[in-house]
Amino acid sequence: MTRAVPGAAGVDAGPRRGARGFAAVWPPVAFGVGALVLWELLVRLLGVPAFLLPAPSAIAEQVVAQFSVMLSTASVTGGNALVGLVAGFLLGVVLALLAARSRVFGELVTPVVLAASAVPIVALSPVFTTMYGSATETPRRLVVTVVVTVPVFVATARGLRQVRPVHDELMTALAATPWQHARFVRLPGAVPHIMTGLRLAAPASVIASIVAEYFGGLQNGLGSRITAAAANTAYARAWAFVAASIALGLLFHLAGLLLERLVTRRRTA
Amino acid sequence: MTTASSAVQLAGVHKRFGEVHALDGIDLEIAAGEFVSLIGPSGCGKSTLLRVVADLEQPTSGTVQVGGKTPHQARLDQDYGIAFQQAGLLEWRSVVENVELPLHVHGVDKATRRARATELLELVGLAEFAGSRPSELSGGMQQRVAIARALAPSPRLLLMDEPFGALDEMTRERMQAELLRIARETEAAVLFVTHSIPEAVVLSDRVVVMSPRPGRITEVVTGERPGPDQDVDDVRESGAFFAAITAVREALRKGHG
Repeated sequence: MTRAVPGAAGVDAGPRRGARGFAAVWPPVAFGVGALVLWELLVRLLGVPAFLLPAPSAIAEQVVAQFSVMLSTASVTGGNALVGLVAGFLLGVVLALLAARSRVFGELVTPVVLAASAVPIVALSPVFTTMYGSATETPRRLVVTVVVTVPVFVATARGLRQVRPVHDELMTALAATPWQHARFVRLPGAVPHIMTGLRLAAPASVIASIVAEYFGGLQNGLGSRITAAAANTAYARAWAFVAASIALGLLFHLAGLLLERLVTRRRTA
Repeated sequence: MTTASSAVQLAGVHKRFGEVHALDGIDLEIAAGEFVSLIGPSGCGKSTLLRVVADLEQPTSGTVQVGGKTPHQARLDQDYGIAFQQAGLLEWRSVVENVELPLHVHGVDKATRRARATELLELVGLAEFAGSRPSELSGGMQQRVAIARALAPSPRLLLMDEPFGALDEMTRERMQAELLRIARETEAAVLFVTHSIPEAVVLSDRVVVMSPRPGRITEVVTGERPGPDQDVDDVRESGAFFAAITAVREALRKGHG
């Protein structure tokens, strides 16, 4: 019943959104354009050396020149992020379900998953590369999986715990098995939490995928292009790939946000 | 004492929660098709008694039989339907899917359970809301869906824990009339927990009055449940109705003293 309130508000907000959309969009756009102009002016007028900060125009030139490379490297990095995101998402949800199902398993797995969140990618990446060899994408995908599993597990576990007592009683009165309890009540009730976990994990998966490329393995992703360009003193090119990384991260962030909105809206509509 | 026709039998039932003596030597038999209300102040154990019958609590001592079975077996067999003060509908299921839930849990195939749920929604007068979301219904309508859900496995016993407690007075009286009609049509026995004296009197064959600490049955008053040819509103205005209300009120006062 309580979920009806945000849903109803969302429906009401529908028609107003168009008018408010423009008002909400123009200030950050204006700010961004202004910042770029200021950046360009500062670099030109003060003669900032390129290794310190290249001008936006120089970076834009590189974006155009490297566009096809950028697309192919972004698709490799994005592909790894996506594979890791899906695997980590499924792993996080399944582990949280098992942890909610059995107290012993929960007490065993929860500290392990939380400990995984403290393991730096920097430490994991070379280990996985040694384990699986440097000619496959597997090590990076595993790094992303580990990074994604944690927030999804935490969010799902929290959602599974937030069952209304009346639903618990009802399922007990109906003599539902623990798995039916999970399927009919716990899991659907946890969906908003799970989707929040996925939204938080989506941009993190891109970061993990890029950073994992810094530690050996195949040189076909955005991260390896950034290090290669920087090593060759091609600073504007390095920045161009940084820009592509940001774009990829934003794409994942928006996709996660959209998915969360779609799923939660359909439930209340 | 074992009559096959009794819906519920309680003999010498005690329930302790640590130091608290929630139920103290409860003996109660509910006949098939009988409507029995439990009434008493907060903490008199009336909800606990219903939960013992539903196998949601275990008695500390004494015997409980539900339709001749242990409460545990009766729960596994879905021999009773249950409704709580909160409707407790699943927000992500449509109204008809909520009514289907007990049958879904028991592995009834989709066509059969949909047919049964549709029939029940007609019974509670909500057929046109089958595809709606629970959040689109008023509190009274949600509670009617919850009652339809409780009736889905065609139980011989309906357990209701203050199902109309959260409703306004007008809706409440209409729901009482609905419940009387449903109980008559399904011929199910009803164990009904309430705080309201007029509600207990108008619905019940018998009103069981309880006192708190320890939770005991102090008196059993004959209710004014209308017969098939009687109108509920006529009963509400009859002298016998007011006499029964007075009798229950007196019993409650004695229980306190």
